[in-house]
Amino acid sequence: MLLVLIEQNGSKLGKAGRIAISAALSAKETHGYESVVGVLLGGSGTAEAAKEASKYGLDKIVYLEDPSLANYLAGTYSSILIDAANNLEAKAVMSLSGTTGKDMMPRVAQALDAGQSSDTLEFLPNRQYRRPMYAGNVIADIELTTERQVVTVRSTAFDAAVEQGECPVENLDLKVESDSQQQFVSFDSVDSERPELTEAEAVVSGGRALKSEENFKEYIEPLADKLGAAIGASRAAVDSGYAPNDWQVGQTGKVVAPNLYIAIGISGAIQHLAGMKDSKTIVAINKDAEAPIFEIADYGLVADLFDVLPELTEKL
Amino acid sequence: MKKILVPVKRVPDYETKIKVKPDGSGIQTDGIKWIVNPFDEIAVEEAVRLKEKLGEVEITVVSIGPSDSTEQIRTGLAMGADKGVLVLSEAEIDSDTAARTLEQVFKKEQFDLVLMGKQAIDSDANQTGQLLAASLGLPQATFASKLNVADDWSTAEVTREVDGGLETLKVSLPAVVTTDLRLNEPRYPSLPGIVKAKKKPLEEISISELGVDLTSKVKILKVAPPADRKAGIIVDSVDQLVDKLKNEAKVL
Repeated sequence: MLLVLIEQNGSKLGKAGRIAISAALSAKETHGYESVVGVLLGGSGTAEAAKEASKYGLDKIVYLEDPSLANYLAGTYSSILIDAANNLEAKAVMSLSGTTGKDMMPRVAQALDAGQSSDTLEFLPNRQYRRPMYAGNVIADIELTTERQVVTVRSTAFDAAVEQGECPVENLDLKVESDSQQQFVSFDSVDSERPELTEAEAVVSGGRALKSEENFKEYIEPLADKLGAAIGASRAAVDSGYAPNDWQVGQTGKVVAPNLYIAIGISGAIQHLAGMKDSKTIVAINKDAEAPIFEIADYGLVADLFDVLPELTEKL
Repeated sequence: MKKILVPVKRVPDYETKIKVKPDGSGIQTDGIKWIVNPFDEIAVEEAVRLKEKLGEVEITVVSIGPSDSTEQIRTGLAMGADKGVLVLSEAEIDSDTAARTLEQVFKKEQFDLVLMGKQAIDSDANQTGQLLAASLGLPQATFASKLNVADDWSTAEVTREVDGGLETLKVSLPAVVTTDLRLNEPRYPSLPGIVKAKKKPLEEISISELGVDLTSKVKILKVAPPADRKAGIIVDSVDQLVDKLKNEAKVL
């Protein structure tokens, strides 16, 4: 049995939850698990989200709704997942490789004496996994030599599950023991109308050629607004102080794979390409016709960004 | 005296073009420039800032790997760490064996804080810090963008970069804190720093002395370059670009 952690969005299943389910179904088929059980943990609304999660083709949903689970903590969440994996005799435990999965799954692996495949892109026959290394410049096929296995999957590599059949939903009969070593203090959600960089359907990124923080506001933001896009930046732009660090796309920043990626004034250093080359359609605007970004762009426009961006924003 | 342990990994420079060997057995290492894993460099910087702020702190930089890893330890020492430990291993080290090695290093001396990168930019696994915390039974705070250690070193408040925002946690010390990009901007080692680093103690131990089980749980079967992306076309105007996006790529 494969146990998959489903991260709901309040009382709703949400896109991330549906992607986790579809990745688990893909593992079931390729790696031959007899069944997949989805697990949801959280404060109020979890039961409702669990009910919704039961409609996407898994074999069973278990959930634990408890006020003490309202805020995620690695210690508490991982110990519940470990207990659930042991009680249900799971052979493998999986989650998405968002910050929650990245944070807690190695703890699960340690407790189950399992090897872990991080940021998995694909399940291969013979229980092998395909995953990126060197920021996606190398793709590795790996095998875990342990009896039990832990997997995190990259959400952009799987489509969201679609409704199909319904499965039983059960309350997880476990006691929540809160971790005294870790205490939740606060959460500041990014106060932005914009989608999250790693989840956005479109990303507009600027490079050093923008020349200033003000120009990011004046040229990049209106285009992003028009497209409902997230804003990204190259490391060079971040290092020059034009854009905050959490906008950085690349090997030392965030890895994105939107439907549309527009690179503006970005030359295309290896470290940047690593963070965006899996985007479906790539547009590059740069005045240097020799810039390496054009080698991977679907559509290139050789022009001064300050001349063409206002026009592009207007015509979209 | 409070003690901070900072593991640093020797990795290829992120500006290096990584090439896969033709037989898929690994990457070509000829001509690669090696650096301190950038996230670990941030960890060293944070430790040095803590020392500058709180005083009475001893920073140990540890690396696991071949003898060349001495260079990365010296970089840490030049930035302001006090002593280095090289755990010599010719064998391939993965997240799990690294965590088990660090567990032994930690137990030999007992530290008040472990500060390390959230991931190494070669294997990109993002596991070692969490594995270490779990095996030592210590609290963890990963992806730190802000760290405040209490004056009495009983707790630390850590702001974490998580999906959708910033989360702040309080953890009891000792703890394992892994660093994210926004935590700080590492300094360049100064010339006097580099000179001083040469005189700082650097202990070498072999991994077998530590009694670490090196059985790997992860076997890399083959590596390959990512699928090539075909270069597209150059458009000559904004109008043509908009047209292509609408009617060909159908992304608008």
